[in-house]
Amino acid sequence: MNSDVVLSMKNITITFPGVKALQNVDFTLRKGEIHALMGENGAGKSTLIKVLTGVYTRDSGDILLDGKSINNRSPEEAQQNCISTVFQEVNLCPNLSVAENIFVGHQPKKGIAIDWKKMNDRSAEILSGVGLTHIDVTRALGEYSVAIQQMVAIARAVNFNCKVLILDEPTSSLDDHEVANLFAVMNKLKSQGTGIIFVTHFLEQVYEVCDRITVLRNGELQGEFPIADLPRVKLVSTMLGHEFNELASIRSNRQDDSAESGKETIIRAVGLSHTGTIKPFDINIKKGEVVGLTGLLGSGRSELVRTLYCADKPDSGSLFFKSKKVKASEPIDSMRSGMAYLPEDRKEESIIADLSVRENMIIALQAKTGVFKLLPIAKQNELAEKYIKILNIKTPSPETLIKQLSGGNQQKVIIGRWLITHPDFLILDEPTRGIDVGTKTEIQKLVVQLASEGMTIVFISSEIDEMLRTVNRLCVLRDGKKVGELSNDNLTQQDVMAAIAGGDTNGN
Amino acid sequence: MKKQLMAVQLLKKKLDGSNFLLFVTIALFVLMYIAGIIIFSDAGFDNFQTFLNMLIDNAGLIIAASGMTIIMITGGIDISIGSVVGLVCMMLAYTMQNMGMSAWMAITLVMLFGIIFGAVQGFLIAYMKLQPFIITLAGMFFCRGLTAMISVNQIAITDNATFLGMASKDIHLLVGSTVNKHGVRMYPFVHPSVIIAIITLVFIWYLCKYTKFGRNLFAVGGNEQSALLMGINVRRTKFTAYVLNGFLAALAGFVFCLNTTSGFVEQARGFEMDAIASAVIGGTMLTGGVGTVVGTFFGVLIKATIETYIRCNGTLSSWWNKIVLSALLCFFIVLQSVFIIIKNKKKN
Amino acid sequence: MRQSLKRSQLLLPVAALILMLVINVIITPSFFNISIKNGVLYGYTIDILNRSCELIILAVGMTLVVASSRGTDISVGAVEAVAAAVCVRLLGSSYDAYAVPVVFAVFMCLFAGAACGAFNGLLVSKFNIQPMIATLILFTAGRGIAQLTSARAINGVMVPGQILYVRMESFKYIGGFIPGCVMPTPVFIAAAFVLITMILLRKTALGMYIETVGINPKAGRLVGINSTLIIFFTYVFCGFASGLAGLISSSRIYSSDANNIGLNMELDAILAVALGGNSLGGGKFNIAGSVIGAITIQALTTGLYAMGVSADQLPVYKAVVVVLIVTLQSDEFKRVWGVYKLRRAAARGAA
Repeated sequence: MNSDVVLSMKNITITFPGVKALQNVDFTLRKGEIHALMGENGAGKSTLIKVLTGVYTRDSGDILLDGKSINNRSPEEAQQNCISTVFQEVNLCPNLSVAENIFVGHQPKKGIAIDWKKMNDRSAEILSGVGLTHIDVTRALGEYSVAIQQMVAIARAVNFNCKVLILDEPTSSLDDHEVANLFAVMNKLKSQGTGIIFVTHFLEQVYEVCDRITVLRNGELQGEFPIADLPRVKLVSTMLGHEFNELASIRSNRQDDSAESGKETIIRAVGLSHTGTIKPFDINIKKGEVVGLTGLLGSGRSELVRTLYCADKPDSGSLFFKSKKVKASEPIDSMRSGMAYLPEDRKEESIIADLSVRENMIIALQAKTGVFKLLPIAKQNELAEKYIKILNIKTPSPETLIKQLSGGNQQKVIIGRWLITHPDFLILDEPTRGIDVGTKTEIQKLVVQLASEGMTIVFISSEIDEMLRTVNRLCVLRDGKKVGELSNDNLTQQDVMAAIAGGDTNGN
Repeated sequence: MKKQLMAVQLLKKKLDGSNFLLFVTIALFVLMYIAGIIIFSDAGFDNFQTFLNMLIDNAGLIIAASGMTIIMITGGIDISIGSVVGLVCMMLAYTMQNMGMSAWMAITLVMLFGIIFGAVQGFLIAYMKLQPFIITLAGMFFCRGLTAMISVNQIAITDNATFLGMASKDIHLLVGSTVNKHGVRMYPFVHPSVIIAIITLVFIWYLCKYTKFGRNLFAVGGNEQSALLMGINVRRTKFTAYVLNGFLAALAGFVFCLNTTSGFVEQARGFEMDAIASAVIGGTMLTGGVGTVVGTFFGVLIKATIETYIRCNGTLSSWWNKIVLSALLCFFIVLQSVFIIIKNKKKN
Repeated sequence: MRQSLKRSQLLLPVAALILMLVINVIITPSFFNISIKNGVLYGYTIDILNRSCELIILAVGMTLVVASSRGTDISVGAVEAVAAAVCVRLLGSSYDAYAVPVVFAVFMCLFAGAACGAFNGLLVSKFNIQPMIATLILFTAGRGIAQLTSARAINGVMVPGQILYVRMESFKYIGGFIPGCVMPTPVFIAAAFVLITMILLRKTALGMYIETVGINPKAGRLVGINSTLIIFFTYVFCGFASGLAGLISSSRIYSSDANNIGLNMELDAILAVALGGNSLGGGKFNIAGSVIGAITIQALTTGLYAMGVSADQLPVYKAVVVVLIVTLQSDEFKRVWGVYKLRRAAARGAA
């Protein structure tokens, strides 16, 4: 047994009803290394983590921590075995104070009573250690933004000074400055000998900070590689299992039909705003255009489109749709005019978990038709089957409950939901977030195809190269304000970065 | 100037969040009490004993509502408390009066019952993950029926000297005495039940603020999934909460019986709703994660003030008690919800 | 596919009902006998069906409230009393004629129920107040309001808190028998109500909307469903159902007894919904299940009476049976049972 190894998982197998989630997977973590765990959705990354931390019970396989066999039957045991975890969703209690959240389960004591002063002071110290100063630790966690909450979660995990630290997609809600803070903390822990498991979708972050990569695909181990041995293209092809140049072909297609002058203006917004989220903005979009919105986290991209769609009712300004003034106060009004909106958070705002794929698909069309005119079941089935085919949705049947599908397929169902309403104007907010590379490609191709058929699309994505592949024009937002537009003529990532940052090269 | 600014900031901070709701509750009680003194001055409202009588009459409710607060903090509910109180009274009456058991034996027996009953409910809710409303609903049915099984008729405790001695014992306070019209110095008094209630309040307050178990209650009520992932044994926490609550319900029953010295089938019907109303008026939220026994105590006092109003008035029938309490409850509920809406708007 | 899913949902409620019927037959061998006496149907089964009507109506209303708002309406019993008080008060106590046309009184009775439902609905849908808390208000105040409505002139002064009687014979038809009809009227009323409800829910998109709002209200709003209106509607509907049940109850005793009409019915209604396989956490619902649950509870009650249990002691047995059934239906129990079966199979396989 290599004394360098702190965690060794061998032959891990776990099955859920009908699905082999993990099959004979091995995973090795060394002391003082940052080890990336990667794979598409459904590959089994989250499952492996949950087996390790005691949320799931494995069917077979061994886990050895520092050479000793362990079996975590609950998160409590995992913590006692010195494995601490930061999950993708902030798993803290919003009603407790920041200090309490850091110290839940091991509050400092004075005799038998909890020592609040010591807890508050220690928390402030710990938070400044992860780069968070000016945080009032006595306030309820729920009063802070998701990004700060996530940093507190990280601070809590780091405070345990554990042998193994697991970070499951910790950067989804963080901006670049906070990500840099996080990497600084990770490197410090690494130098102290902690083994870190880093689960992420972001390729650049992996190459910036990791030493090794383990790739899973369809519940099976594809391989473990030192980072130097695995350039990006090879990584992606290992994850997908085949050569990968479709992305390049999309781009060239897009550039070909970018000449579309003289088309009618579909959307014209003048001074539209929503208090507290997006300052008054103007935007003009022509029929068949694909417009991208980009900017840092919190710059107002989602808020802008929500105001267009009336998911948040605009507080000022006017909106013209197909040259007619729009008087919308609820999403149903926008839908009736011909708009459609795919929200960023599909779990919270799109997916109706206990309903079937068919019901999830036709619900928007049904709402448009009216409550008393139920769509005949034959028509519902026809529509569902049609779009399952078009979008290549993997589901046992249209009657399967949507919650049993994988994330990518769920997203496709929601896209189908909106396509069924035959909108003139489609808003896609992070349609490829948390989705495997294969589905990402399909969605990007779909966007390009719909635009060529005359649909007007607004596309938001954190991955700039995704947008560069699909849009005609990029709108740049900063701090809740639209600050500029770039047309996509040989635009590069550098150009966009500069526009987002704004000012001169000194960053002013 | 700077010191004043800091003081204002500190006050603002103290009044932020759930503290604000507590402040409203306490302010309301004080206002109602002062109004009572003004309106009912001739009915003796301004007498310190009136306030103490509120405590004496509601000692049982204070204890029961404390238990309810703990349960509501974890995000659960217990609507069986009233029936447990009724059953405990009947058990005490039957064992002491009909079976001739000694007072201390009877009391120990009912406390044991409370713990076991709480454990059964706690097991079903925490380990079998059944819904608290349904289980405590069944518990309520169970205890009511059991009370009727013991005896359909009222049993008055007349023979047990120890118990009756406890029930009628006046503990005189050394301050706040007045001289009545006969020139005799009257000291204000309380009953042992009030002492028990106060001790319970302090104990629960300490538990919630300074023990790991207490803080775990808040975590579980705030976000159960997160609490689990943070390493809290959620099942054990909830189970213990219900066991503690069972004990408190039995204690409340004992104290209740000290007041009524009898047991009968319809006793304490609707008691659980008084407890819930007190907790909600006191700022405890049914969604869990927020609450304090201090607030609950003032909720009980507000309810007692309403009753005293109506008693002093004399003309209104007792249904007005329920109607006024409901109206007040409505007010506080809407206030809580408006408060949350404002907070959410500010966050955005 | 949807049908077979529905069938498996109904499996446990139906099994529970069959169990109750079997127990009844064991206690009373003549349980299934039906005869005609005095021109009307007689028999234990008829009796159970008759007496379960108010509960069926309440359970249907409660099902929709639970489904859309993920909470329960604990005021239904008190609202029954309010509606009954309004109806009886309007009809008057004369032996010769009604003080107002019966149709008007019935309408006001149902309207009163719906109005109470609207009050609850407003608090829940517009102010986002938790259902159990919002309905706690009417639960506490409702009977008081019913008492105040049940006022009679005594020595020239209106004294509230009386029990008012309706002396006209035709009023008793609602809760009893229409002359010439062998089946009790409540059964017709309940059947019609259930049927109309099921048609309303499944032949329009209303059922799907209610489920959507219960499962994910945010998503519902973004696809164009007016969640607020849907939730408000379910509470008004539940209030209406309480009014209907109150009408039947008061007709049975041809009076308004504000203390006893609908007593403990809210608890029975919630139990019926849970026994029917519906999740009290909202979302998917099943009306047929709630109806079966209501009849099951009534069958249990009848069986216990037949065993000599008194009305006061009845709740003990109800409690035990309900806990048993809810435990057996629960996910946790199914999981434990599944693990137990796996271990048994593994042990047998190893042997």
